[in-house]
Amino acid sequence: MQKVFERPKALSDKKMHYCPGCTHGIVHRLVAEAIDHFGLQEKTIGVAPVGCAVLAYEYFNLDFQEAAHGRAPAVATGIKRVLPESVVFTYQGDGDLASIGLAEIVHAATRGEKITVIFINNAIYGMTGGQMAPTTLPGQKTTTSPYGRDTSRVGFPIRVCELLNTLDGPAYLARVSMHDPKNVLQAGKAIKKAFQVQLEGKGFSLVEVLSSCPTNWGMTPNQALKWVEEKMVPYYPLGVFRTPEEVSSCDA
Amino acid sequence: MEKIMMKGNEALAEGAIRAGCRFFAGYPITPQNEVPEYMSRRMPEVDGVFLQAESEVSAINMVYGAGGAGCRAMTSSSSPGISLKQEGISYIACAQVPCVIVNVARGGPGLGGLTSSQADYFQATKGGGHGDYRLIVFSPGTVQEMVDLIGLAFDKADEYRNPAMILSDAIMGQMMEPVVLPEMRDLQQINKPWATTGMKNRGQNLINSLGLLPEDLVRINQELQEKYKRIEANEVRYAVEDVDDADLVLVAYGTSSRIARSAMGLARKEGKKVGLLRPITLWPFPKQPLADLAAAGKRFLVVEMSVGQMVEDVILAVNDRSKVDFFGVPNGAVPTVRQVYNRIMEIL
Ligand SMILES: Cc1ncc(C[n+]2csc(CCOP(=O)(O)OP(=O)(O)O)c2C)c(N)n1
Ligand code: SF4
Repeated sequence: MQKVFERPKALSDKKMHYCPGCTHGIVHRLVAEAIDHFGLQEKTIGVAPVGCAVLAYEYFNLDFQEAAHGRAPAVATGIKRVLPESVVFTYQGDGDLASIGLAEIVHAATRGEKITVIFINNAIYGMTGGQMAPTTLPGQKTTTSPYGRDTSRVGFPIRVCELLNTLDGPAYLARVSMHDPKNVLQAGKAIKKAFQVQLEGKGFSLVEVLSSCPTNWGMTPNQALKWVEEKMVPYYPLGVFRTPEEVSSCDA
Repeated sequence: MEKIMMKGNEALAEGAIRAGCRFFAGYPITPQNEVPEYMSRRMPEVDGVFLQAESEVSAINMVYGAGGAGCRAMTSSSSPGISLKQEGISYIACAQVPCVIVNVARGGPGLGGLTSSQADYFQATKGGGHGDYRLIVFSPGTVQEMVDLIGLAFDKADEYRNPAMILSDAIMGQMMEPVVLPEMRDLQQINKPWATTGMKNRGQNLINSLGLLPEDLVRINQELQEKYKRIEANEVRYAVEDVDDADLVLVAYGTSSRIARSAMGLARKEGKKVGLLRPITLWPFPKQPLADLAAAGKRFLVVEMSVGQMVEDVILAVNDRSKVDFFGVPNGAVPTVRQVYNRIMEIL
């Protein structure tokens, strides 16, 4: 009998600490599936962020380094440059990547570092209890924008894929969403593609994943997924922003 | 062995390459620019990596990654840039990643100035970043020692899995002196089974500084403190000159030790019995030799290019057994031999 739902080799059997309905766990699984798909467990080094995914190194059955808040792309750069045959990825939230670590991500991208970045955009600081993130939507209430994000006072969200797409360095940039099974499937393909781009030495790849944080949004898991679809997707359009022409099409 | 004339900063960079350093990341700042410039020329010749980072923050985190992946890795900067690296250094110390950080110090605080300084002593030896951690801190007193100590710094960093620092300064970095360079290190000898290189035929390797559970954090800190005790027991380095008959022992490191030595020479000509103790490791600090000299009845004059930092460690080491005087200058100024000589003559 064929097992249809097997734990990927690249995932450990540790129980994840994520809140019920949080999409971090699904994204972990997609990343692990991509690593298994290409048979990369023995040559992959992950870099964990500071954020809810800080313990990612417990859930992936891979070598890992835990970076300071926002610095994962710099750490990944150091690893990849001295181990060019390895596969290096970072896994970062929106506070980590788009606020405190904006310089690191922009420069890793513009240098065309041959790393893969999995960027979780959940429009909020999850781990610290729901403060405003650089990706918090206009009008969105958080613990530090209790009246809703007032763009006349605190400005506008950052669209990371579009921002990085102004640079010549990146090879692959895509935005996907976790709000329904069809999109999760799509996300899986994009993540595989991102690793493939790295494997083929094409350059920097980043997948932005629109994710939910039911806990800090004050919603049920289902309401949260609906919110991603109805509020986030219109502001953060899905799609592939950049792809190297020469990459052979992904058979996933 | 052939002697060649080299500038301090360049000798240090070549010394690092010969010690097996194959990853360098840095950001421009005077007076250390010769180090990244030299590395940018030299690294490609030895199949190493040179990266001009977007900031000192990134540079130290690149070193964290490269060092964690098993490479002999280094960054250099000057005082304001070293301040920016402190977060990364704290993580590196906790995660026990060997690497070398070079501070070609300049005057502070704030943006300060380009003159030489020893006002980063506290930052280098007392932690600098957050948490209970230590760097092994070396202070070169000659250009030759730049070469010798950077090699030793890489060896000790690997041996103890601890970041090491070279605390140099603007004058040491710019000065030219003859040096003998060592042979190229055999990189095959450098073996790091803990490094994150991919899980091939083994379990997970992890470079990490998180101890969320209180008992985990206690364990991490105990492990660090035990290591620091071993370092304190085994790695104290210092040099003494003319201390045996001395009534007064000058205590100075780096540039100020050179000034102190000249002042000592003048005073000796006047028949004054003056010696010099020069710490080569600033941490671990040569407490015991100072305590022994104090017990032998000698008094001390600490000479620094700051308003007084190392003097606190000398006072602690001497522990009221003898008298400790201080001569220092505020950043911006460089003490002259004559000033130090005059201070000696006041005391004796
Ligand atoms: C230098 C520093 N500043 C602040 C923090 C506190 N902190 C921990 S996680 C976090 C934000 C995490 O939010 P995000 O990156 O969006 O990830 P999420 O938790 O939502 O997955 C912050 C600010 C820290 N650990 N280090
Ligand atoms: S706080 Fe939000 S992002 Fe963090 S685990 Fe819970 S649901 Fe997920």
